[in-house]
Amino acid sequence: MSENNSQAPILEVTDLGIDFGGLTAVNDLNLNVYPNEIVGLIGPNGAGKTTVFNMLTKVYQPTRGTIKLLGQDTAKMTTIDVNKAGIARTFQNIRLFMNMSVLDNVLTGMHNDISYGNVSAIFRLPKYYQEEKEKTERAMELLKIFDLDQKADLIAGNLPYGEQRRLEIARALATQPKLLLLDEPAAGMNPQETEELMKTIRFVRDHFQIAVLLIEHDMKLVMGICERITVLNFGMMLMQGTPEEVRSNPDVIKAYLGE
Amino acid sequence: MKFIKALWNPKLRSRTISYLVVVAAYILLQAMMATGNLSRLFTSLLVPVTAYTVAAIGLNLNVGISGELNLGQAGFMSIGAFTAVVVSALLEGAGVGALLRLVICIAAGALMAAVMGWLISIPVLKLRGDYLAIVTLAFGQIIMSLLNNVYVGLDPKGLHFAFVTNTIQMEPGGKLLISGPMGATGVSTASTFTAGFLLILIALAVVYNLMYSRNGRAIMASRDNRIAAESVGIKVSQAKTLAFVTASCLAGAAGALYALNYSSFAATKFDFNNSILLLVYVVLGGLGNMTGTVIATALLVVLPEMLRFLQNYRMLIYAIVLIVIMLVSNNEYLRLKMQQLKTKLTRKKGAPANE
Repeated sequence: MSENNSQAPILEVTDLGIDFGGLTAVNDLNLNVYPNEIVGLIGPNGAGKTTVFNMLTKVYQPTRGTIKLLGQDTAKMTTIDVNKAGIARTFQNIRLFMNMSVLDNVLTGMHNDISYGNVSAIFRLPKYYQEEKEKTERAMELLKIFDLDQKADLIAGNLPYGEQRRLEIARALATQPKLLLLDEPAAGMNPQETEELMKTIRFVRDHFQIAVLLIEHDMKLVMGICERITVLNFGMMLMQGTPEEVRSNPDVIKAYLGE
Repeated sequence: MKFIKALWNPKLRSRTISYLVVVAAYILLQAMMATGNLSRLFTSLLVPVTAYTVAAIGLNLNVGISGELNLGQAGFMSIGAFTAVVVSALLEGAGVGALLRLVICIAAGALMAAVMGWLISIPVLKLRGDYLAIVTLAFGQIIMSLLNNVYVGLDPKGLHFAFVTNTIQMEPGGKLLISGPMGATGVSTASTFTAGFLLILIALAVVYNLMYSRNGRAIMASRDNRIAAESVGIKVSQAKTLAFVTASCLAGAAGALYALNYSSFAATKFDFNNSILLLVYVVLGGLGNMTGTVIATALLVVLPEMLRFLQNYRMLIYAIVLIVIMLVSNNEYLRLKMQQLKTKLTRKKGAPANE
């Protein structure tokens, strides 16, 4: 499907579908994401974009089709397994740990990368200090990328909206994913913030060598940074192609603007 | 100076304040006792206050930090208490001194309550919110009813157990440790105020050390946002279990301390009312606020005794005072003022705050 990728895909979605009761929310979705690329998932409201993310992260169990992550079938995996296997995500309606500090939010993302146990923690053994120091340093580096390092000690719930969105991405990256799912990362941001965010997403992709799959309504962002775009409409795949192809496709225009 | 500064950094500040409050209260009370300024009534309340404080600190971990309502904390106290009675009698037979006996009993009570807490957490933590609260209430009642019907005797041949009816046949020299609704009898006391004080410090250290660690963050993350916690690879049920078991464990230690302060007590000492009272201490002190829990517990355990002069109106006035305290402490204006005072103080101490 994709011409310029000779590598094996990170994510391979085949004939994916899900029904809620009698209602088919997503059907026959095919989507590949290759290493190091930024892919957009767009479509009108209610097209099933977030449902796709929820299936990829196993919040929902797909009714049909397969999801392969690095060649591994995720059918039997839980949300936690999927994260361990390399998918991290953000949420459309921000889901931060609102009562915890900015730094602790990122450190929480490193949960499975910390090996000391309760005994080391309660008795404050050297292992605790050593690992906490290491992880705090890494967390601060991540926060710096998102320009949040000055706010590390603030409570996450007190951050302005745009910064909460950025913190959520930092927390997702803390889990060291191979594929980052961003659900409307620019929602609620002003044009200047969106511009910054585009730069940051590109930087993150290059710096951490990861693939990004993003849902977004801001066409400037989507067309600006996505190398490939998949368009959904009524739970079905409308088309897949480069930004230019999507922009000039009459079906897409029809889906967005109506007849 | 550098050390003091380190103790005041945002991560350690609340902990430093907690320790300071407890140590200050201990020194003050010891001084009052030494100079004969503490009445007999208050002196007799010192150990129970420390025991309730430890149990309340544990409960705050469960309710405030983990965000799960628990209405059975007194039940876990009673497990610790009755375990301590039996272990204490065994140790006394072996000629163990009072201090070591107390330490071992507290450890045994804590362990037993933790094991029971873990077993109970398996069905309980499948539920959430109000449902979970009601099931913990039920388990608290079950524990109390069971302990209300247990008979334990000790004679030279060893321990004897009976349930519902006392069928224990003992050899001469044997004595009944726990006799059903009569509760534990003939306990040789070993608890001291100093031991209680140290146990509070240990409980605070355990809770704070846990809070600021990998699994503590997992507990708080699971409270703040379950779905997001799972999305970063946290096993929410495991985190909740850890909080629940640690809370039970501290309640068990508290129960053991409480038990070895009295020569006799009944299982009904740890009924539903007590679970609710512990919850009141936690809520009044502030969810997740350990210093608040310590202060609230001390005040509210002592308050009914201070109101004794009101005789029959005592509990009525106690309830009214409680309502007033809750209203005042939840006053928006007062909260705002406190918040302003706090930022003012911290700004002076720390680096210039941004914003």
